[in-house]
Amino acid sequence: MSAVVSTGSITLLAADVNVAQNVGFWVIAVPMLWGALRVVTARNVVHAALWLVIVLGGAAAQYILAAAEFVAVSQIMVYIGAVMVLFLFGIMLTRAQVGREDGLNNAGWAIGIPVGLLVFGVLAFAVFDAVGTDLIDDRAGDDKVLVSTTAISDAYLGPYLIPLIALSFVLLVAAIGAIVLARKD
Amino acid sequence: MYAYNFLILAAAMFAIGVFGVIARRNAVTVLMSIELILNSVNINLVAFALMNDTYDGHVFALFVIAIAAAEVGVGLAMVLMIYRNRRSIALDELSELRG
Repeated sequence: MSAVVSTGSITLLAADVNVAQNVGFWVIAVPMLWGALRVVTARNVVHAALWLVIVLGGAAAQYILAAAEFVAVSQIMVYIGAVMVLFLFGIMLTRAQVGREDGLNNAGWAIGIPVGLLVFGVLAFAVFDAVGTDLIDDRAGDDKVLVSTTAISDAYLGPYLIPLIALSFVLLVAAIGAIVLARKD
Repeated sequence: MYAYNFLILAAAMFAIGVFGVIARRNAVTVLMSIELILNSVNINLVAFALMNDTYDGHVFALFVIAIAAAEVGVGLAMVLMIYRNRRSIALDELSELRG
């Protein structure tokens, strides 16, 4: 019994596809893409920041769908918790009026449309050329690597120890640099 | 699930982010567009980790998250400094370095 409902290139139902996972993916992905479009087109900077929350939260949900719980929790803590607050502070400290604002776009903003479409076209071609209609093997088996937080921490303190130390140095330098730049003399 | 699901979503987000970087004039919204680009890369890394049955992609995604946080901190500090000096964060008005 194979029921195939095909809408263009997006096949939602097929015998060999995990239907619930596929439908769940698109239920999360469509609001993400709409939110991303609103981030770059909104006339109000605060609204753009709030649409960005939709995109970042959707990305966290996609990480859970891809069995990356630790990355998802880090995404919520770092992006929605810290980066969004930083963005809202930046908006409040650099703007006099709240509300609709003209002049958020460049004079030649329309050039971005063909450039964006070209980038998407090339990337989509490369993706379909590389993976085609391959399926991600999501069935449990003995040979599956169980990605746990323990495994990630072992990777950080094992083969990725030097990059981790370098990253902590980058964070230190960024914090000091931000203080030096933003300080009033 | 099809392998191209995550990759197409990431490609679309990347293209939207590139459009935002080109089209936007306000420095804060340009930083938001850069966040879109970095998140699309993260989705790709996690998807490749799922495909190849490994956790290296998760490690790299966490590296990207940390670097993005540092980048936003420094970027917004620079925006604040520019705003304090010029009372404007319109990027097309920053032309002192033009030759």
